[in-house]
Amino acid sequence: MIVGQQKPLEEIWEMVKDQKRLLVLGCNTCVAVCHEGGSKEAGIIASLLRMKATKEGVTMEITEGGVERQCEEEFFAPMLGAIADTDAVLSTACGIGVQFIAAFWKNKPVFPALNTTFLGGVETEGIFSERCQACGSCVLGRTGGICPISRCAKRVLNGPCGGSVDGRCEINKDTPCAWQLIVDRLRELNQMDRYEELSPIQDWSTDRAGGPRTLEQEDLKK
Amino acid sequence: MRPKRTPRTASRLEHVLAQGHLAVTSECGPPRGTDGAVLETKGAMLKGYVDVVNVTDNQTSMTRLCSLAASIRLKQAGLDPVLQMVTRDKNRIALQSDILGAASFDINNILCLTGDHQSFGDCKTGQNVHDLDSMQLLQVVRQMRDDGTFIGGDAISRPPEMFIGAAANPFADPFEIRVPRLAKKIAAGAEFIQTQCIYNVDKFEAWMQGVRDRGLHEQTYILAGVTPFKTAGMAKYMRSRVPGIDVPEELVKRMSDTPKEKQADEGIAICLETIERLKEVEGVCGFHVMAIEWEEKVPEIVKRAGLYPRPELEEATPMPASAAAP
Repeated sequence: MIVGQQKPLEEIWEMVKDQKRLLVLGCNTCVAVCHEGGSKEAGIIASLLRMKATKEGVTMEITEGGVERQCEEEFFAPMLGAIADTDAVLSTACGIGVQFIAAFWKNKPVFPALNTTFLGGVETEGIFSERCQACGSCVLGRTGGICPISRCAKRVLNGPCGGSVDGRCEINKDTPCAWQLIVDRLRELNQMDRYEELSPIQDWSTDRAGGPRTLEQEDLKK
Repeated sequence: MRPKRTPRTASRLEHVLAQGHLAVTSECGPPRGTDGAVLETKGAMLKGYVDVVNVTDNQTSMTRLCSLAASIRLKQAGLDPVLQMVTRDKNRIALQSDILGAASFDINNILCLTGDHQSFGDCKTGQNVHDLDSMQLLQVVRQMRDDGTFIGGDAISRPPEMFIGAAANPFADPFEIRVPRLAKKIAAGAEFIQTQCIYNVDKFEAWMQGVRDRGLHEQTYILAGVTPFKTAGMAKYMRSRVPGIDVPEELVKRMSDTPKEKQADEGIAICLETIERLKEVEGVCGFHVMAIEWEEKVPEIVKRAGLYPRPELEEATPMPASAAAP
């Protein structure tokens, strides 16, 4: 899922403080799972902004709401009225949701309440961690199911680098060395001989480097 | 003396090694400014005492004068540089381009590295590139030299003629893949290896045993890295703060038990003892003496280790790289 993290309230306030009417709009898919941007969190942010507005002596009508997904127009219908009645939207979706809202309501400013942080999963309750960089050319089949592109600080494809100590990364003792994990996994799978296979030069044209990416499904296109 | 091998390039380092001598290399860190004369001063200290001088590439991610310009300066001052290149800061276009630039000045040694993470340096908020990793860079230099082509397949006019090296850290984790990792670097194209600084000789010997068991010492030249301690504080720092360096407690104690004014001498003594032990290890082909910001001590270490004078080279015509067996 896409993991996001709320921006500091001060930063949000600086973006929205000149608006007369503001809708705080939650997104109830990925960022709701990480408890940062669902309707519930949108409501809390709206309350905090109301308090902030009162404290700053600013008159601002702040409403709140949420949709199932902000990255798909099909889900916007329930909010059409609320958005028509506001001057600006503070979206608590990931950056994708923010952009779809902005593209749909061309005459309304849209602001991000979150920093979109990574593609990851729930490690344990309350701990989310990165697992994928969407490079578009998955190597997991040859790395024991552990991604060196997202989990190695140097995205080393033939690792580990010399900075791996006690299974930890040189950048931070709390960060596991991806290549230690890969080696451990290959050993468990009885595939240590695969370690010596050289990973070829990566084709990054499927990554960000190749420009904005699209996926077209002929059978589903309207 | 080791059996002779046939050199493939005009590299002095390769010729020294191929003729069976113990090679001596050292390093020179470029300045954090534009005063290139600093390099010439450091180079002058080392000249005649080492076969080649590694030129570090923004080590510890601190921005410095670039390794390519520094290598050119040393070459022009009559030294043989080893151009260090990390994959952290440049993509494949820039790396290939710099290799051509170096080769155009007849710089014929390269050391392919990944590089420290930028969070150690002065640009902590910067991007890292890592378009290639060090093993892939080895393959690229090999392709450029032996096939005379760029990554994209186009022909290179006057391909670079470089002796290709890599680093190895026998002390990093996980230990079980340290020998396979060396094998992988050799398969990628590493013709010489400079190791991380060795303080734990027992562990290094265990690694070399694994290297010899697979015959890898006959497929590459292994230069053992040594760094003298200047102070007890440095020994402690290396032990606890530098990732991937293994300093046994007894050495830290030996330095700490030495009066401050004699610590530098003790550091040199430890370094010389280490070299003596390493000379006995089958498969060690030379020494990489990294006297960090202490280059003036390299001549003394080289002399006292019995590695001076450096060998006069026999005349040998290098086999053209393209004609040599892979």
